[in-house]
Amino acid sequence: MIQEKTFSSPLFTFIRKEFYHVFRDQKTLLMLFGLPIVQIVLFGFAVTNEIKNSKIVICDYARDEASQQIIRKIEASSNFNVEKMLISHRQIEESFKEGNIKLAIIFPANFNNDLLHLNKAQVQIIADASDPNTANTLTSYATSIIMDYQQEMIKNSSVPFRIVPEMRMLYNPELKGATNFVPGVMALVLLLVCVLMTAVSIVKEKETGTMEILLVSPVSPFLVIISKAIPYLFLSLINLTVILVLSVTLLEMPINGSLGLLVAESTLLIVCALSLGLLISNNTKSQQSAMLISMMGMLVPTMLFTGFMFPIENMPVPLQIITNIFPSKWYYIIVKSVMIKGLGFSAIWKETLILFGMTCFLLLVSLKTFKIRLA
Amino acid sequence: MTSEVVIKTDKLTKRFGDFIATNEITFEVYAGEIFGFLGANGAGKTTAMKMLCGLSTPSSGDATIAGFDIYRQTEQIKQNIGYMSQKFSLYEDLTVTENIRFFGGIYGLSDKQLKEKSSELIETLGMKNEAKKLVASLPLGWKQKLAFSVAVLHEPKIVFLDEPTGGVDPVTRRQFWDLIYSAADRGITIFVTTHYMDEAEYCNRISMMVDGVIKALDTPANLKQQYAAASMDEVFVELARGAKRNE
Repeated sequence: MIQEKTFSSPLFTFIRKEFYHVFRDQKTLLMLFGLPIVQIVLFGFAVTNEIKNSKIVICDYARDEASQQIIRKIEASSNFNVEKMLISHRQIEESFKEGNIKLAIIFPANFNNDLLHLNKAQVQIIADASDPNTANTLTSYATSIIMDYQQEMIKNSSVPFRIVPEMRMLYNPELKGATNFVPGVMALVLLLVCVLMTAVSIVKEKETGTMEILLVSPVSPFLVIISKAIPYLFLSLINLTVILVLSVTLLEMPINGSLGLLVAESTLLIVCALSLGLLISNNTKSQQSAMLISMMGMLVPTMLFTGFMFPIENMPVPLQIITNIFPSKWYYIIVKSVMIKGLGFSAIWKETLILFGMTCFLLLVSLKTFKIRLA
Repeated sequence: MTSEVVIKTDKLTKRFGDFIATNEITFEVYAGEIFGFLGANGAGKTTAMKMLCGLSTPSSGDATIAGFDIYRQTEQIKQNIGYMSQKFSLYEDLTVTENIRFFGGIYGLSDKQLKEKSSELIETLGMKNEAKKLVASLPLGWKQKLAFSVAVLHEPKIVFLDEPTGGVDPVTRRQFWDLIYSAADRGITIFVTTHYMDEAEYCNRISMMVDGVIKALDTPANLKQQYAAASMDEVFVELARGAKRNE
C-alpha cells in the first residue's frame, strides 16, 4: 500500500515521463550510447599517440655483433619500420629532407669493442623534431629498445658493463596511448552527455511551451529539475559502465584502484555536469543554442584543457591557470590516479574537494537562476 | 453564473524597463463565467494572463485569484487554476493516455482517480482508438481538444486559455467551444484570449485591451449597441483603430 502511494507521487510521474522522452527519441539514444563507444574506439585505436610503423634509417659503422642485434630488435618492433640502411652519415640529412623519415640511429665504429673493453659505448639518435611530440615519443621507443638490449647483455655476461641509468616509463612501460585517453574520454563523454542532455531536454520544454504548464501547476520547480536530472544520472552511470568494460576488454586497460571510488568520483562529475547543463538551459531559449553552447563549452575545453591531449605542463602559464576552472581537469587527475596508479582516496582528496566545490557552486547558481526565471 | 468574484484585479501593471506592457488594468470576473480577453497583437493580453497565472510577477497593483493573493499565495492559486498556453503544449512523444496520466499526476490525482478520469475523458473525446497513439500523430484540432481537457482534468476553479484555437478549422473550433461550454456548466470559470471575433460572441462578457489598457468591458450585445456595430468585428476595429503598438 505504501509502495503504491510512492509510485503515484509526482516525482515518480515525472521520472517516468523523462524516461519515455529518452527512450522514444532514437537520435538521443543513439547519441547517448553510441558516443562513448565511438569515442573509446576512436581514441583508443585511431587517434592514439602511440606511434606505429614510423620510417627510420640506420647508419651502422660498427657492423658488429652488438649493433646487429640492436638493429634486429629495432626491425622487430612494431613502432619502427627500417626504411634504409645508410652507408654514410652524410645521407642522414638527405633522408630527413625527403620528409618521411622520422628518426635516424647511428652506431659508431667499434661499438661492440667499446662496449666490451671500455664498458661504455655510444649510440646517436637523431629525430625529426618538427613534430616535437612524435620526436619525443620515438626517441623514447628507441632508447627503451637499446636499454632492453643492454639489460640482456648484463644478464648474460660476467663482464661488468657500466650500468646506465634505467629508463622506465612509470605506469605506462609500453607507452600505451590508451592510459592517457581512457580517463580523458570518460571525462569527455560524461560531461558532454550530461550537460548536453539536460540542457537540451529543459530547453525543449521551454520551446514547446510545456515548461509554462509545469510552472503553472502546483509542482515545485525543484522537482521539475530533480526529475530531469535523475534519468540522466542513471543513464550516465550505464554509460560509465560501458566505457569501463570497453576499456578493460578492448583496450586492455587495468583498473588498479577501487572501482567503488571510481564510480563515486564519476557520480560527482555527473552531478557537476548536470548542474552545468541546467545553468546553460536557464540562459538559452532554443535547443540549437543550448546544443551549441554545450558542445563548444564542453567538447573543446575538455579536449584542450584536461591534459589528455596536450600536456598542461607544456602550456604557457596563463593557460595553465585557466585549465583549473574546468571540472574535467580535476576529474582526469582523479581517474588517472585511481584507475591507473591504483591510488586511494587519501591521494585524491584535494582534487575531489575542488570538484565537489565546483559542483556545489554550479548547482546553487543554476537553481538560483532557475527561480529567478520564474518570477 | 453567480455573482461570486473569482478574479479581481486592481491597477495591475507590468513594466519592462520603460515599456508598460499592461497599464493599471482593473476588472472582475465572476464564477462560472466565460470571460473573453480580447486585444490586438502586442496589446498586453498574454502579459496580463501570465501575471494572473503566476508565471510573471506584477510591477505594481493587486490581484486575487479564487480569493488568493497573487503575490503571497501563489501555491494556493496554482492548485485552483488550469492553463493552456498559446503554443500547443502536450508532450508529443507521449501517448494520449500517458499525457493525461502525467498531467493528472502532477496535480496530485491518485492512481484510481487517474484511471477513471482518463478512460472517461478518452470516451468523451471519442479518442478510444487513439488512446495508445503518440500525440504527435493526432490532427491539430484533436490535440487542442485534448490539451483543454487535460487543463481542466483536476477540476480547477478557473482555467486560463491563451488563444486556444489558433490555426484550427471552424468545425473543430465549434467543437472546442462545446467543451468550453460544458466546462463552464460544471462551474469552471473560463478566461480566454482570442483573435476570432465569432468566438468573442460566444463569451458572456468581454474586455478589449488596447495599448496595455482596457478600453471596453461588457457583454457582446451591449458593446455592439454602444458602438453601433453590427458585429464584434466592427467593435474591435473601432476600438483598435487608435492603437499605437502593433507587433
